[in-house]
Amino acid sequence: MQRIGVFVCWCGSNIAATVDVEAVSQALAKEPGVVFSTNYQYMCSQTGQDMIQSKIHEYNLSAVVICSCSPRMHEATFRRTCEKAGLNPYMVEIANIREQCSWIHKDRAEATEKAVILGRAAIAKVQLNAPLTAGTSPVTKRALVIGGGIAGIQTALDIADAGFEVDIVEKEPTIGGKMTQIDKTFPTLDCAACILTPKMVDCAQNEKITIYAYSEVEAVSGFVGSFRVKIRRKARYVKEDVCTGCGLCTEKCPQKKVPNAFNLGLDTRRAIYIPFAQAVPKVATIDADYCTMLRTGKCGVCSKVCEAGAIDYKQKDEVIEREYGAIVAATGYNPISLAQFDEFAYSQSPDVVSSLEFERLMNAAGPTGGTLLRPSDGTHPKTIVFVQCVGSRCDGAEKGKPYCSKICCMYTAKHAMLCREKYPDTDVYVFYIDVRTPGKNFDEFYRRAVEEYGVHYIKGMVGKVVPENGKLKVRASDLLDGRQLHIDADMVVLAAAIEPDKSARPLATMLTASMDTNDFFTEAHPKLRPVESPTAGIFLSGACQGPKDIPETVAQAGAAASKVIGLLSKDQLTCNPCVAAPNEMMCNGCSSCEKVCPYGAITYVDKEFRGPNRTTLIRRVAQVNPAVCQGCGACTVACPSGAMDLKGFSNRQIMAEVDAICL
Amino acid sequence: MSVNESFRPTIVAFCCNWCSYAGADLSGTNRLNYPANVKIIRIPCSCRLNPMFILRAFQRGADGVILCGCHPGDCHYTTGNYYARRRMTLLFSMLDYLGVERERTRVEWVSAAEGAKFAATMNEFVETVTKLGKNRRLEDLRCSK
Amino acid sequence: MIDMMEQITRIAGVNPRKCMRCGKCSGACPAYDEMEYHPHQFVSMVENGRIDELMRSKGIYTCLSCFACVERCPRSVEPAKLIEAVRCAVERQQGMDRLRPEAVPGLLNPDLPQQAITSAFRKYRK
Repeated sequence: MQRIGVFVCWCGSNIAATVDVEAVSQALAKEPGVVFSTNYQYMCSQTGQDMIQSKIHEYNLSAVVICSCSPRMHEATFRRTCEKAGLNPYMVEIANIREQCSWIHKDRAEATEKAVILGRAAIAKVQLNAPLTAGTSPVTKRALVIGGGIAGIQTALDIADAGFEVDIVEKEPTIGGKMTQIDKTFPTLDCAACILTPKMVDCAQNEKITIYAYSEVEAVSGFVGSFRVKIRRKARYVKEDVCTGCGLCTEKCPQKKVPNAFNLGLDTRRAIYIPFAQAVPKVATIDADYCTMLRTGKCGVCSKVCEAGAIDYKQKDEVIEREYGAIVAATGYNPISLAQFDEFAYSQSPDVVSSLEFERLMNAAGPTGGTLLRPSDGTHPKTIVFVQCVGSRCDGAEKGKPYCSKICCMYTAKHAMLCREKYPDTDVYVFYIDVRTPGKNFDEFYRRAVEEYGVHYIKGMVGKVVPENGKLKVRASDLLDGRQLHIDADMVVLAAAIEPDKSARPLATMLTASMDTNDFFTEAHPKLRPVESPTAGIFLSGACQGPKDIPETVAQAGAAASKVIGLLSKDQLTCNPCVAAPNEMMCNGCSSCEKVCPYGAITYVDKEFRGPNRTTLIRRVAQVNPAVCQGCGACTVACPSGAMDLKGFSNRQIMAEVDAICL
Repeated sequence: MSVNESFRPTIVAFCCNWCSYAGADLSGTNRLNYPANVKIIRIPCSCRLNPMFILRAFQRGADGVILCGCHPGDCHYTTGNYYARRRMTLLFSMLDYLGVERERTRVEWVSAAEGAKFAATMNEFVETVTKLGKNRRLEDLRCSK
Repeated sequence: MIDMMEQITRIAGVNPRKCMRCGKCSGACPAYDEMEYHPHQFVSMVENGRIDELMRSKGIYTCLSCFACVERCPRSVEPAKLIEAVRCAVERQQGMDRLRPEAVPGLLNPDLPQQAITSAFRKYRK
């Protein structure tokens, strides 16, 4: 039996006006276990708190019930008060007699009766309270950023700026991501490379940042504060620390017919390559699928021309293991495959291109050196048709993506504007369903494309594109004019929807981070915690969480970094002690709890138990990691044998409250 | 069934800590009235509610039980209220089987901003249960005073 | 008129409210110029309950049922099914004169393929 002290607060007249506090404290004094009961004007004041502390000593109280305002208001205050008096803070229960009693009811007798019952329920619960100690876990002061695009780069730079070590894992041979392929950025038309490459160089030169390019995360274990991550460093067949990036090998390699992935296959490169001139790290990589030496063992030109002696045909994948306190997912996006939209003739004509391919065709470092030429015959296109919402805002998975890809309206306006600016003799049509330009200076940008540059914006979707005699016959409807249009175009540009990178889904499984049906990472709260995953210690940056443009991505990257810094600046993490815990004697290892746990906090271990007649038997029992468990209690109900219980809200405690209320 | 004017049902409300308990607090802060026979029990999440607790409440003489949680999709623990919804669906069919009136048990989604909804729901629920009268089906008379 | 609209959507089995006015159906329609109401207008007329006008329109018979709009519609609104539903609704009207077979040749448009032929192509093309 506990020795309980009951403290009823008047809250000035807030409670005392409708609840007879004297009657409440007298009624509760008669409850079993209550050794002291009083009331006071302001329990949360310094005097009130001092009184609680002195009574704890005087009556040697083992538990305290405070009848006052909502626990959401002052639970923490009273817990601290009692802790200072040497009582375990979790031996305090609050009966909410203000928000849920005195403020609701007008009748004094009724309110007093309810206050007594609420107090009784709190006493019944506190009888079964057990002292809880919040555990702590150490924090490894190092962060991992998965993905080296603009999101990952910005997050890493911000974390490094605060003085913490950061590793970037990037699956491509260079960091930079999609932004390296973009020509100009809306709405200011800055050159993407001019604003991105300095950041890439900053990353390489920052001594707090380690870049693992051409690497992938292979396994993640552990939890917030101490993740263990296995990183596979794929074989480049070039020694990264020896290669000077002179590029001689990439000129001499005899294998010339490799589709250039950086230019989306619009031109070719060699089997040994540096993706682009400003690559970081600027190191050559051998494409094992095309290299003659690796495939047949006969060539070796690159190793002959390399003065640094960096080529190593025998290099193997290497798996390294590192520890991190926090992980940021910044896996980014890709345009969808256009194979299922054959009405636009993407697979039938090289002159039907995706918007990202169009970026390369407009880029000075692209396959055409920045002159807009048709991929089929290298002539200047005179009529260009842009189609928006290709694969976006569709109904159901087989049609496309259900969401709006967000960036297409703006980049299409940018493309149309740049076309008209560079080649004023071209006719540019943009077919749209809606033009969505909410953003700073975005709508002005779109209007400029229409008003100053004379881009024809037509409300309606293109229904069919047919390649015929070197032209593309475009059939579309102009809904506002009420007619069907037939346009002979030279080029058609499709604004393909964007989707999360394919690597995101397996990564989410490794991180036990949740995802939505479109494979975007889910945030902990859509409004209030937009950069955190529900899984503690996992943060989200950039388009892996949802479609985003560059300004938004950078903003989110900074936000994610600040969350990481907040976590890493702690030496120890205090865990919530109200976590689930199994009774191992009752657990039968059925895995029900493991399946419902949204945090992956439950694992199973084989444990030795004493059996009858001095035998030991090994049983599979559940184990909760208190650092990961957030205390929702889903597992306690799922457990068929009733082995799982939640500390602070145990089955017996809640039942006791139910009993106290009903009787 | 004649409505007994003096009958005051005992109602147990289970509220999740993050949305509905805060919603209940808000209805207090806004001084919105609902009957005093509603007593709230705080649980961390609607998925903490073991259907056993509801049966226990009925056994001990409660006349109505209501579970309030975050709106679907807004759960603090991401998926807790989905579990609660499924479990309650099962419990409903069990209570139907036992002959306990469907209206005595209820699930309602109340967010932290919906103080008015909380009060309105409680008013309506108390009215419904008052019309149904005393819960005699599951009440265990050995437990009553 | 509302119950008429419900009847049409029930026969068609599609929800015209899903339409977001992209006009891809009308962009794809090969019989566009022959039709009094174009596929996208058709959808919005059903949605707004203007069924009477549709039932009086000759355009519903110029629709070839080629299903290009059904195939292309990104929202699964499937205008051709709505048109077919309106045709059914006309058929089901009580006390109306029916078309006699001998009158059919006079109604045919030599510039357009006949529905039955188009349907057969669609059905057996695979």
